[in-house]
Amino acid sequence: MPTPDQEVLLEAQIDQWRSYLRRRQAIQAVDVAELEDHLREQVAGLIDAGLATDEAFLVAVKRMGDLDTLSREFAREHSERLWKQLVVLPADSGVSRAQARTDAIVAVCLALAAAFLIKVPALFGLSLNDDAGFFARNLSFFVLPLLTGYFVWKRRLDTRTVRWLGVAFVAAAFFANIYPFGPEGHTEALTALHLPIALWLVVGIAYAGGRWSQVAGRMDFIRFSGELFIYYVLIALGGGVLLAFTLQIFMSIGIDIEPFFESWLLPCGAVGAIIIASWLVEAKQSVIENMAPVLTRLFTPLFAAVLIAFLGAMLYTGRAIDIDRDVLIAFDMLLVLVLGLLLYSVSARDPQAPPGAFDVVQIVLVVSALVANAFALWAIAARITEFGFTPNRVAGLGMNVILLVNLAWSALLYIRFQRGRAAFTDLERWQTNYLPVYAVWAAIVVIVFPPLFGYI
Amino acid sequence: MEINKDLIAASSTPIVLAILAEGDSYGYAILQRVRELSGGRMEWTDGMLYPVLHRLERLGFIDARWEIAESGRRRKYYSITSQGQAQLAEERKQWQAVDATLRGIWQSLANPIAAGDVFGRPAAPLTQGA
Repeated sequence: MPTPDQEVLLEAQIDQWRSYLRRRQAIQAVDVAELEDHLREQVAGLIDAGLATDEAFLVAVKRMGDLDTLSREFAREHSERLWKQLVVLPADSGVSRAQARTDAIVAVCLALAAAFLIKVPALFGLSLNDDAGFFARNLSFFVLPLLTGYFVWKRRLDTRTVRWLGVAFVAAAFFANIYPFGPEGHTEALTALHLPIALWLVVGIAYAGGRWSQVAGRMDFIRFSGELFIYYVLIALGGGVLLAFTLQIFMSIGIDIEPFFESWLLPCGAVGAIIIASWLVEAKQSVIENMAPVLTRLFTPLFAAVLIAFLGAMLYTGRAIDIDRDVLIAFDMLLVLVLGLLLYSVSARDPQAPPGAFDVVQIVLVVSALVANAFALWAIAARITEFGFTPNRVAGLGMNVILLVNLAWSALLYIRFQRGRAAFTDLERWQTNYLPVYAVWAAIVVIVFPPLFGYI
Repeated sequence: MEINKDLIAASSTPIVLAILAEGDSYGYAILQRVRELSGGRMEWTDGMLYPVLHRLERLGFIDARWEIAESGRRRKYYSITSQGQAQLAEERKQWQAVDATLRGIWQSLANPIAAGDVFGRPAAPLTQGA
């Protein structure tokens, strides 16, 4: 008979085995229950035959067969399951189904609330066209507090955290609206651009629940952000098709719905879709999780090839980068893109897997992006006195430096990992620890820049 | 002795159906019965039985139901349907035909002189494979 200690250990081992099995999409909860019953019978039988508990467990697992082969067999028999995963409500058990339904209802209500919120200013005579500045500065507040609220509800955050999140939003609203921005001012545009970045961190803290202090919690938030982006783009595409179709058929009976479409459908749909997309990512984590890594695998080699071609052409022709207004933004975007590709391959990578060919491509991409950016920075530095410090340029330069530092250190960690001198988790930790830096910089741009540059 | 994978796959349907024809059963017990019947010579990878059971269930040869076992855990029991009985009879006929054919050839190999070739010469002595 196993002792109580061994019983506890056995239960822990079975738990772990079960969670491994649950990750296979083709093997559903009922199958896992069936297989677990089998495993327990087998273990009991082997213990009766004289084996020690841990030995019995090992033999039983071995007899069950290799998990990959097993899940392949299940997939062959139940190929429809891989598709059924796309349906939102899981059919597993009564409790989780009820939970999923409540989730859905809350998400839809919040999306409606967001759609309502964005029309509230209209009650006070503010219109999207005439008061574009107001809407641009405050866009975050029509949706991010609701999104944060969704996660507060979902993760059951304690009141202390909620209070801090609330303070963050109130402070943000204060700084977004207190300054006397000049008409069509650059600093106003910068505020509109940077405020969502800063507030996204607040959403992240709510998303992570109590796990913001852990690397895994922040990594989950990075995954969530990427998947949300993919979902949002998909929804936007679908919405575009729907709208074009609607316009056309109403046109055929001589009704022009474009004004309605512009003042109602587009703004309401755009904010509501953020909540809906977040809820979908939450509900269907496993589906799109496979999407972001696939896209990064596809585009990492392509971007690497483009960058190398660019550097090659620049060296061959001897042309310097011509610094005009948009070049800085273009290079910021480049760094963001490369960082995104890096982040999502990091987030989907099995930390234990040994370095492979893809890692080499990744390093080539990051290093060539760094070199290209260095050329751009050098060109700017050489002529910065000539251009002077405008708010746009300082903001673009600041973001560039922040991204550059991140990417350079990431490249170093990646190369060390490639050579077996560092663990992959170092890179994960670096990336997740760096998240607040963006938010802090964005907050500085929002709070300090307008008075610094005289609200131009 | 290792039995060829294809043979295991081909024989799994009649074996499972026949065991269920003896009475309702569940995965672990079915495997025990296979081991017992084959004298331990047929070793299935345990997990592989379940996709087979699910396939037979989908084809309508067997039914499944969840019950609480004496251990207190939920357990999935399988029983054969009338369609499964018909399938079993069919499989049985086929396997008997295969079996009869093989039996015939084994026998003639065992008596090489009686079974000589068309010219009446005795068959060449066969070296026994491993």
